[in-house]
Amino acid sequence: MIASHLPALQVVVPLVAAPVCVLLRWSRVAWMVAMAASLFAVGGAWCLLAGVLSAGPTSYFLGSWAAPWGIEYRVDETNAWVMLVVSVISAVSLLFARRSVEREVETDRIHLFYTAWLLCLAGLLGMAVTADAFNVFVFLEISSLSTYVLVSLGTRREALVAALRYLVLGTVGATFFLIGVGLLYQVTGTLNMGDLATRIAQLGPHRTVTAAFGFLAVGIAVKSAVYPLHTWLPNAYAFAPSAVSAFLAGTATKVSLYLLLRFLFTVFGHEFVAGGPVPVLLALTGVAAVVAASVAAVRQDDAKRLLGFSSVAQIGYLVLGVSLLTTEGVAASLIHLFGHALMKTALFVCLGAIVYRIGSARIDDMAGIAKRMPWTCAALVVGGLSLIGVPLTAGFVGKWYLVAAALEAGWWPVAAAMLLASLIAVAYVWKLVESAYFRAPSARVAAARGAPFSMVAAAWGLSGANIWFGIDTSLPIGVANRAAAALLGG
Amino acid sequence: MRHHHVLHVVAKMVIPLILLFALYVQFHGDFGPGGGFQAGVIFAAGLILYGLVFGVDRLRRTVPPGVVRGLAAAGGLLYAGVGVAGMVLGGAYLDYGVLLPDPMAGQHLGILLIELGVGVTVAAVMTSLFYCFAG
Repeated sequence: MIASHLPALQVVVPLVAAPVCVLLRWSRVAWMVAMAASLFAVGGAWCLLAGVLSAGPTSYFLGSWAAPWGIEYRVDETNAWVMLVVSVISAVSLLFARRSVEREVETDRIHLFYTAWLLCLAGLLGMAVTADAFNVFVFLEISSLSTYVLVSLGTRREALVAALRYLVLGTVGATFFLIGVGLLYQVTGTLNMGDLATRIAQLGPHRTVTAAFGFLAVGIAVKSAVYPLHTWLPNAYAFAPSAVSAFLAGTATKVSLYLLLRFLFTVFGHEFVAGGPVPVLLALTGVAAVVAASVAAVRQDDAKRLLGFSSVAQIGYLVLGVSLLTTEGVAASLIHLFGHALMKTALFVCLGAIVYRIGSARIDDMAGIAKRMPWTCAALVVGGLSLIGVPLTAGFVGKWYLVAAALEAGWWPVAAAMLLASLIAVAYVWKLVESAYFRAPSARVAAARGAPFSMVAAAWGLSGANIWFGIDTSLPIGVANRAAAALLGG
Repeated sequence: MRHHHVLHVVAKMVIPLILLFALYVQFHGDFGPGGGFQAGVIFAAGLILYGLVFGVDRLRRTVPPGVVRGLAAAGGLLYAGVGVAGMVLGGAYLDYGVLLPDPMAGQHLGILLIELGVGVTVAAVMTSLFYCFAG
């Protein structure tokens, strides 16, 4: 019986767990509730993915109201994959979060911290699973509002400014999204994505639909930090609590990119998008992101901010894959989406462990830390190698397919930009490695001990997965190819 | 505002009416304009008026912040609980038709409870916001 309700339970379980955390008020129990809900979501996403791969997409009708009148939850290869990534990252970040949050968040607020975390998880999973355009907006707001709260709980005062800035830009993005949905509703009279697709195809060229597309694309671009709408991201990641940076880096922008795919290919359709200036615009922003954000990353003094800019660059890679509008390009983006979630969360977990011991994320402050925290720093190196795209890591697989897809489409400059950005990535990863391994330790570092076991376990779980999926690539590539074929096929 | 007798007297007359009107909007929402969100805001407006006229400390004694926070969570749980009850009784999530043997009565009961959950949460959150900004 539970299996048939899984699409709804993916959202309902974290959504119920959140108020339970408020009522229980006990920080340790709240963590356990959050962990249980995340693990349930991992299991659910895995079952859904297995079901989709064997039996095709499934639909769930909330309140038994048939689509297009009621809200439909529709699970296909793409969103089952995204839900799996999101829930796994949430579970692993929570493993890291327990000790880190005890240090960084006031004790009487910890249960509220996990409440916000669960709401964010529910929102992200909801955005992925729903097939109703307005329902997407609702979940977008649930996840965004809880994210602003999570970011603002950072230890430094700058966290409040970063959260406010994220709030302002995020609200502008969400408003653009809502205007786009409103325009589509005005023209077609429906909100169900499948129904929208049929009616938009029937309409033919239509100015309101084009305007709606513009609003939706810009709104989603703000939310997924597509260059040059990324300005909220580096500070939000830098000043948020360590666990939140790890969680968000692997999930929030990924789900927004999934929305981009969903609206481009399922709602508006390949013909609509390919006819306009969209592919070129996406490619230009993508190239700008991979080059400019990588250069900006090299110039950072703060390791978390450095990784934030690196995230903007990696989002550029994903956008480039999408901009090709080919099955290969979209599949490559989905592979790299998975790889980037693994590597960036691994890196933020390692940095979080270092911050836990030395209380600073400045690159100069962590000089010589590798002698004190060898396991954490080794995981950091593996994550960094994956970020560069060294063979036998998950990052290599994603970049390989992206470059191959760009070459196949004949976009030589795009492929060249990707390779150039990978070289710049060597420079900023080296900054971290050089400081950690080849500098004399300061007094603060000399007093540090190894990270707690739960943190090392989380870091190595992710770094190990980076190596595993760099060697055994059958799962991500198999799913991504089928997902891309389904997205572009119909 | 301790010495404003007119305000005190008027507020004491008006507040019960505001709360009563909130309940009317809440429970008549099935048949007319209204519903949980509006009712919750009106109810909280009554409480906030009390806080403004008689002081935040007296409001805090009447409706302690801890209770308010608990109610905010309880309202959400009531909403989700009704949805899960629909699942357990053999329907989909938020399927009110299966809550009672008569589907029509089930729909009425379902939306009543859902809106009650919304009303409680909205009233509690509005009051919490007032507490936050009142210091």
